[in-house]
Amino acid sequence: MQFEHLPATQILIPLIGAIFVLVTRKSIVIWAITSLLCLLTFINSIFLYKQVSVSGIVSYAMGGWEPPIGIEYRIDSVNSILIVLVSFMALLVAIYARKSIEVEIDDKKRHIFYSMYLLCLAGLLGILATGDAFNAFVFLEISSLSTYVMIAMGKDKRSLIASYQYLIMGTIGATFYVIGIGLIFIMTGSLNLNDISVQISNIDTIRPILASLAFITVGISLKLALFPLHSWLPNAYTYAPSVATAFLASTATKVAVYLLIRYFFDVYGYNIVFEDYWLSMLLIILSVAAMIGASLVAIFQNNIKKMFAYSSVAQMGYITLGIAIANHSSLVGSLVHIINHALIKGAIFMAIGCFAMRLSNITIEDFAGIGKKMPLTMTAFTIASLSLIGIPGTVGFISKWYIITGAIEKGWWWLVISIALSSLLALIYVGRIIEIAWFQQPKTKMNTITLSHEMIGVTLIASISTIYFGLNTELTVGLAKVAADSLLSGIIK
Amino acid sequence: MIIVNQFIASYNYWVIIFLMISGLYIVVARGNMIKKLIGLSIFQTSVYLLYISPGKIIQGTAPIISDHYSLYSNPLPHVLILTAIVVGIATLALGLSLTIRINEEFHTIEEDEIFSKEEL
Repeated sequence: MQFEHLPATQILIPLIGAIFVLVTRKSIVIWAITSLLCLLTFINSIFLYKQVSVSGIVSYAMGGWEPPIGIEYRIDSVNSILIVLVSFMALLVAIYARKSIEVEIDDKKRHIFYSMYLLCLAGLLGILATGDAFNAFVFLEISSLSTYVMIAMGKDKRSLIASYQYLIMGTIGATFYVIGIGLIFIMTGSLNLNDISVQISNIDTIRPILASLAFITVGISLKLALFPLHSWLPNAYTYAPSVATAFLASTATKVAVYLLIRYFFDVYGYNIVFEDYWLSMLLIILSVAAMIGASLVAIFQNNIKKMFAYSSVAQMGYITLGIAIANHSSLVGSLVHIINHALIKGAIFMAIGCFAMRLSNITIEDFAGIGKKMPLTMTAFTIASLSLIGIPGTVGFISKWYIITGAIEKGWWWLVISIALSSLLALIYVGRIIEIAWFQQPKTKMNTITLSHEMIGVTLIASISTIYFGLNTELTVGLAKVAADSLLSGIIK
Repeated sequence: MIIVNQFIASYNYWVIIFLMISGLYIVVARGNMIKKLIGLSIFQTSVYLLYISPGKIIQGTAPIISDHYSLYSNPLPHVLILTAIVVGIATLALGLSLTIRINEEFHTIEEDEIFSKEEL
């Protein structure tokens, strides 16, 4: 027997849970409810994934209104795996959150934070699951608005400014996206992504469609922090509470990338987006600028959180580069890197959260000799950092390998060189921290707050999984290959 | 003459584009946080018009089925924009409350004054 409402419950569990959390007051109970709901969401996503692997595409008519009139939830090989990923990261971070939130957020505000956390999760899952263009916008705004609130709860008062700047940039991005949808709607009269993709190929006047492509690309690029639209990201990640940073860095930008992939390959189709050379060339140049420029900026950062925030911008560059090269290998690389970077950055920011509890500041000087005082956390941090560089045997290597293969297939050797250069720059900023943390004598005094076991445990799980998926590549690469096949099915044969 | 006629025929789009650009300009050019939010609201409002104005069909009526009418306007854009308005209000409310908190912490809502005091 199959439960047919899985696509709806996937989003409803965190969405309704957010309300229950909001009316609860005892923080340990709130944490328990949040973790339980995330666990349920994760189990739900596994079942949904199983259903997709059996039947191919799961189409769910929301409220019984048949698509294309009603809102359709459409789960296929591309988004089912990302739903599992986002639910998994949400579960890890939720378990991790208890102690970190106790230290960083005032007792009166904790229920709001957890509520926003669940709302954000619901929004992100909604973007992934929905097959309706306008519905995706609504979920985009649900996740964004809850993100602004989470960021503004940071200890540092500059978190307010960071949140405000993100609000302005994020709203401009979302509005650009709606303008694009509006133009499509005027031309096709449909909002169902699947229906739009059929109708677009029958339209003679292509100019409004190209305009909508431009608006949607810019709008989503703002959300995924494509260079040079990344200016909101470093401050938002730096001043947000550690839990929020770990969650956002591993999920929010990835979901935006998914939306971009969906529009490029499914809605508009390869022919409209990549036949004209300029968009793919522009994306490649911006991606390379992000990979090298943001890595260079990261080297000169003193604040560790900000350093890895810039590193996130650089890593998003790899993903968009793989999309822009747009052949099978590079797309597999991009999809695998979405998964890998989520694990890596989740592990790194969770480890940084552990350090932030013991240290008053997290500048690079404070990290001197921290490996001797917090060996387990620093081990997790080191493993994840090595994955970030792309040492063979870790996940970072796999995805970079596929993107490089894609570039070589096109004969673009200069891209191979720039990927290598960017990895080298990552080696510099990561190496600096690892050197100071393991080989220098401790200088700063630490406070005596003890880390909870689950914090260290979850951080270790995330970092060890980066090695596990680096050695056992069948799972991630196999799934990504199936997804890339379905995305490119229109043109490859 | 044809150009003028075309210009007049699509005047709704010119209004939309004017609002869109002026809204975006205010967001970029003003340092006052409240004024930035006003600009953002104007920018969003232009999108509401972008959806609603093509939904109107000349001589079409409200989509209530009746024997007297055969031409109806499309009701879907109105429903969509109702949702977008709610989102816009939520954004504006959150933005304004952030501005209040910023004013409490920094005693100013001018961006350049804050940036001269704080290193972001």
